[in-house]
Amino acid sequence: MIDLALSQNKEIFVLNLGPQHPATHGVLRVKLLMDGEYIVSAEPVLGYIHRMHEKMGENRTWAQFMPNTGRLDYLGALSYNHGYARVVERAAGIEVPERAEYLRVITVELNRIASHLLWFGAFVLDLGGFTPLLYAFDDREMILDLLESVTGARLTFCYFRFGGVYNDIDDNFVPGTRAFIKRLRKRMPEYHNLVTKNIIIIKRLRDVGPISAGMCRRYGATGPVARGSGINYDVRKNEPYSVYPEFDFDIPVYEDGDSMARYMVRMDEIEQSMRIVEQALDRLPDGPVMAEKVPKIIKPKPGDYYSVVEAARGTFGVRVVSDGTNTPYRLKLRSPTFSNLSLYGEAARGMLLADALALMGSLDLVIPEIDR
Amino acid sequence: MNAHPEILRLLAFLAGLIIFAALNAAYLVWLERKVCGHIQRRIGPKEVGPFGLLQPLADGIKLMTKQVLVPPQVDPVLFRLAPALVLIPAIMSFVVIPFSANLVAREINIGLLLVFAFASVNVLGLLLGGWGSANKYAVISAARCVSQNVAYEIPMLITVITMVMITGTMNLNEIVLQQPDISQWYVFRFTASPLMPVAFLVFFICSLAETNRAPFDLGEAESELIAGFHTEYSGMGFGLFFMGEYANIVIGASLATVLFLGGWQSPVSFIPGGWWWFLAKVYFLIFTIMWIRWTYPRTTLWGLLNLSWKVLIPISLLNLLVTGGMLKLMPLIFGAG
Amino acid sequence: MGTYFKDLFGGTWSLIVGLAITIKYFFYPVVTVQYPRATLKMPPRFRGHIDLVADPGTGAPKCVVCGMCQRGCPSGCITLSGEKPEGAKKKILTSYQLDFTHCSLCGLCVESCNFGAIDFSKEYNLAGPSREAYVFDLLTRLKERTTNVDNDA
Repeated sequence: MIDLALSQNKEIFVLNLGPQHPATHGVLRVKLLMDGEYIVSAEPVLGYIHRMHEKMGENRTWAQFMPNTGRLDYLGALSYNHGYARVVERAAGIEVPERAEYLRVITVELNRIASHLLWFGAFVLDLGGFTPLLYAFDDREMILDLLESVTGARLTFCYFRFGGVYNDIDDNFVPGTRAFIKRLRKRMPEYHNLVTKNIIIIKRLRDVGPISAGMCRRYGATGPVARGSGINYDVRKNEPYSVYPEFDFDIPVYEDGDSMARYMVRMDEIEQSMRIVEQALDRLPDGPVMAEKVPKIIKPKPGDYYSVVEAARGTFGVRVVSDGTNTPYRLKLRSPTFSNLSLYGEAARGMLLADALALMGSLDLVIPEIDR
Repeated sequence: MNAHPEILRLLAFLAGLIIFAALNAAYLVWLERKVCGHIQRRIGPKEVGPFGLLQPLADGIKLMTKQVLVPPQVDPVLFRLAPALVLIPAIMSFVVIPFSANLVAREINIGLLLVFAFASVNVLGLLLGGWGSANKYAVISAARCVSQNVAYEIPMLITVITMVMITGTMNLNEIVLQQPDISQWYVFRFTASPLMPVAFLVFFICSLAETNRAPFDLGEAESELIAGFHTEYSGMGFGLFFMGEYANIVIGASLATVLFLGGWQSPVSFIPGGWWWFLAKVYFLIFTIMWIRWTYPRTTLWGLLNLSWKVLIPISLLNLLVTGGMLKLMPLIFGAG
Repeated sequence: MGTYFKDLFGGTWSLIVGLAITIKYFFYPVVTVQYPRATLKMPPRFRGHIDLVADPGTGAPKCVVCGMCQRGCPSGCITLSGEKPEGAKKKILTSYQLDFTHCSLCGLCVESCNFGAIDFSKEYNLAGPSREAYVFDLLTRLKERTTNVDNDA
């Protein structure tokens, strides 16, 4: 197709965006066919950071794969821990104590806030504004400090275990989290004043990069991308898991489908996640954080198991096939940004280069998760 | 024998201006990094020397000792010519800038015109650098720079024409002399035109765009075009582009100071004027330029052109009309001699 | 026409608001820690690389050379060996090597240990020019630590 286009119009040229490019935030390569500054076609090329996570899963025990899940999407590692822990718990029939579920929800939502904050900064960086990134990092560091004091790590937390969580929270966690939420509540209006209401941002995002609900469905886009196109789908509400049904929170949905809508969905989700964390802290029950009688070596009954969670970037699904041994027979990860990126080729057609990069930023790509 | 002191004076000024431009570029980078750092709640350079003051020196030595890579596909002449074409006009423009009443390299009665003539050569440097680099990103950037500069020279020149109508001269020093204190600064000279602050704003925005500064840094656009027209430059080739960019910023700020903020004149009449006032005003404007850069995201090319054609040009034309009317009307009303 | 002026004035106002926020932070104190000159204290649960834990009574490692950590490690970065001296009841650790270049700091080894014989170190200034420097001999590190404690006391 590229050869054909090139032979027909001598003005068209190929622009390799990446694998090393400031806007791809990783080793993603997008092969762009350009007519001046307009994109004739865009084709994402993957494989530069493929690490065979799914195959690795088949070669190690169930528990040993847990650290890998945090390395898919290193910005929202806990959601991926959660997804994998849930599918193995389902397979092995392990019940999780209530306190552990609450801790899971609290940490996952904090992690979601951290992920969205980093996305917010990186997105504005894509649009050429550097300063909001550092402000967002300032807030994100607070979350990482909180999570580090509980999990022991700042990025690849590996906090969840089959049947609960690795260890209980310390005394500082609850007051620290409350203080952080109070602080972030004050900072959010500032972010909105500095970025959301800025006329340059509005001009760059509104009506730019429209993605229709139909396109989302065709490519299987989920998460904020789909919710920005008017699809009211969030696993936390539609297929409730863990203790999410007990909390009162909304799923932000915007109908426009443009970059602004996706931006607003994520900014609103930060607010909603804060609500969930507050409610969970209020109702945090006492009790064990680890199920009793979890076997040291897990051997689920033979069968085919699937579980989905709502990660920061969309629906994360894990399918495992067990043959009754201590390693998975097959492990399949359904990562959200892979689908979200798939629609890029169609959505970016005919756009200006600058707008196409704004569109790419609004998809919130984490390349190691796409390439697994 | 009479010519000798004049030649010596010119040589001294030439050396002085080159040193001024080079030091400015070096220390404006330092200042930029400090301003950016503190806006982002970090310190910025601090390791080399006290407050990182020797950082520009270290950077300069690094740039000079680095190999100047010339990629095989580039146009060898244009590629080497472009950095010089960016820097030399910028330094030449300093010739007519009045740093104080007597501290001006050469007082020319069409000084204003000269600065703008040199400013248009600068674009050529960017275009040739981008074109000669044989890099697609650089070519896109060069095309952006040219359309941007063409679009923004129009409102800028209309504003300058307005100023020339009011001042009646293109000699920069004379323009400064017409603004002895703050009430006489052209930015507040409402008797000339009620739109003067707006005109200053238009001029300021245009000089941002002319110097490719954020939020109009479409040419460099690091998240889109890597580094734009200087993607392929390394070592001192890149260093010259940088010096040219900062020299242009100083020129832009100097012109705004001279035209609107009273140049080297002090804001109140009982404090004497001098070069320190000029530099204070210029660096205040430069600080504002940096402050703006670290606040806003980048516009797109369409946003930029829309702003120019739909906002700035109508406003500057309106200002031209109002000023012309006022020039004719004021003598009639107040019966000036 | 209405939107034009709304954009113009509203837009200008939004830009001024943005400038006000950044200049406010310009005068705020910095929040960064000047890393090599100042360091942060790691929280007690910080997962660094592992270290052997000494028996407070004898000063010998608590490890009984069961090999659970070696088997539990997903990356296979632990190599240990021990021997049973004549007449002794328990095995004695003779070498414990951690290949930190492969370690992913997941902590599964510490969890799999039933004797509390390994723990996380709080060290995080781990950078160096050679790969070989990161194959830690934990037994030597433990001896160094215990002698240091003796010297301090």
